[in-house]
Amino acid sequence: MTIQEKQKQIIGEFAEFDDWMDKYDLLIELSKDLSPLEAKFKTDEFLIKACQSRVWLVPELIDGKLYFRADSDAIIVKGIIALLVDVLSGREPAEIAQNELFFIDQIGLSENLSPTRSNGLLAMVKQMKLYALAFQAQLEKQQSNGNE
Amino acid sequence: MGMIDIQQIRSDFPILNRKVHGKDLVYFDNAATTQKPQVVLDEIVRYYSEVNSNIHRGVHTLSQESTDLFEQARKEVQQFIHARSTSEIVFTAGATAGINAIANGFERSILQSGDEVLVSSLEHHANIVPWQMACEKTGAKLRVIPMNENGELLLDELDTLLTDRTRIVAITHASNSLGTINPIATFIEKAHAKGIPVLIDAAQSIQHIPIDVSKLNCDFLVFSGHKIYAPTGIGVLYGKQEWLEKLPPYQGGGDMIKSVSFEKTVYNPPPFKFEAGTMNYVGAHALATALQYLKQHGIEQLATYEQELLHYATAKLSAIEGLRIIGSADQKVSVLSFVMENIHQYDVGMVLDKLGIAVRTGTHCNEPVMRRLGIDGTVRASFSFYNTHEEIDRLAAGLERIKLMFG
Ligand SMILES: Cc1ncc(COP(=O)(O)O)c(C=O)c1O
Repeated sequence: MTIQEKQKQIIGEFAEFDDWMDKYDLLIELSKDLSPLEAKFKTDEFLIKACQSRVWLVPELIDGKLYFRADSDAIIVKGIIALLVDVLSGREPAEIAQNELFFIDQIGLSENLSPTRSNGLLAMVKQMKLYALAFQAQLEKQQSNGNE
Repeated sequence: MGMIDIQQIRSDFPILNRKVHGKDLVYFDNAATTQKPQVVLDEIVRYYSEVNSNIHRGVHTLSQESTDLFEQARKEVQQFIHARSTSEIVFTAGATAGINAIANGFERSILQSGDEVLVSSLEHHANIVPWQMACEKTGAKLRVIPMNENGELLLDELDTLLTDRTRIVAITHASNSLGTINPIATFIEKAHAKGIPVLIDAAQSIQHIPIDVSKLNCDFLVFSGHKIYAPTGIGVLYGKQEWLEKLPPYQGGGDMIKSVSFEKTVYNPPPFKFEAGTMNYVGAHALATALQYLKQHGIEQLATYEQELLHYATAKLSAIEGLRIIGSADQKVSVLSFVMENIHQYDVGMVLDKLGIAVRTGTHCNEPVMRRLGIDGTVRASFSFYNTHEEIDRLAAGLERIKLMFG
């Protein structure tokens, strides 16, 4: 499934709910599915510090694909993180870097991404893109070196 | 209480009719800012519709009327806090601006390397950072009165913390995160015994506690209009006459000067020397209107009802298993901070919002307090006289529901 398709699928799932509590219940469920981040990664190196909640993000490149592991101490934030990981993780860096993320807005959770909300999510989304760009550049360099 | 008609009072505040996410709004974020009664809103519109004109500079009728309203507002504030004279009342943009004005004055005319500024561990960042900046510039040191687990300041420490190098004590009357009411009369007495002036941050007390600056004998006192049912962008700095004469002005500009040449400027006497540029005269009038509204309803009576709400909410929330109230000082304004076991305050705040309940979450510009108590934030519900017992019931029910969701 492409990033676009994956996002549309999530939008479809959330469209079934018009009560906020149901949406949150789903996010809580999703947060439980997210594999917990090992304690060794919960360090300042991977921490995105924000006023309201804390978020950790660990990137890893395996066989040309970029994987994300992430966590938060707030469950609703963690639920959204689970969605982000589901959409972005395990893809080629170029694909992650190029695609627009629109699903958070469309399922009505964009308030969680407002810069004044200061929960670390906005910074995390930016950081995911930055990692993708950095790994993309690294891969391209390796390729051009290999071609010489 | 019986004496005050809450439904009547509620009908004075149009925003309370709002729905949020389809639910009746429960506004429990009064410590951040208060809502405005219709009379205040009406006076703002009337001012711009009928009177508006810049003050202090015109000979024409509107300018004179506008100036009169501005100076009447000063009189209203003077009476409200029982200052000796209107020349002790400076209009500012808010509590923060007032503290900055005094910190800046001390930085430029009093503080020297090795001097000390004493604040308390309950201060809002607004009463820490300006003093830190002044200390940085002058080489003075910031010292801090510690507190106990309940959120009460350790008065005993004061005797050793007040030294012959202490130049000012800057302390909050009431804590915005825990609600603690500090025994400021004692602080002032002890500081004055050593000849040290005291600034009171009344941002969280002016709307709850009748204040008499002359009796208190504080040297400075600041507050923000928006926390006492007036608009944003207007605030008050009270300063004793001799202090306002002594301190240099914070900002230069029009209206604060007697005469200007390129060689020398002669400042106007206080309060005008601290009021550079066009003042928020509409805001000042709206503040006066809000103060009149409070007087009409009896601030002591309103405060008694708010205390009743605080006690009701404290009992109700304490009964929720896993909920811990943060800040259990003997004397509190109607501010209730709490944490829930294993549930992050962000999650609590987000779900309450969807239930139409507005609370604040996080550190409340009080990071040192949070660190001292070993927590990374709280949920804070703060009550005004327009809140009701039923609203507190809704909060409690919401919290029970949150427990089920996240449990
Ligand atoms: C105790 C205290 N002091 C100062 C301030 C700053 O007030 P303002 O932002 O209106 O200047 C606040 C506002 O939250 C406060 O609670």
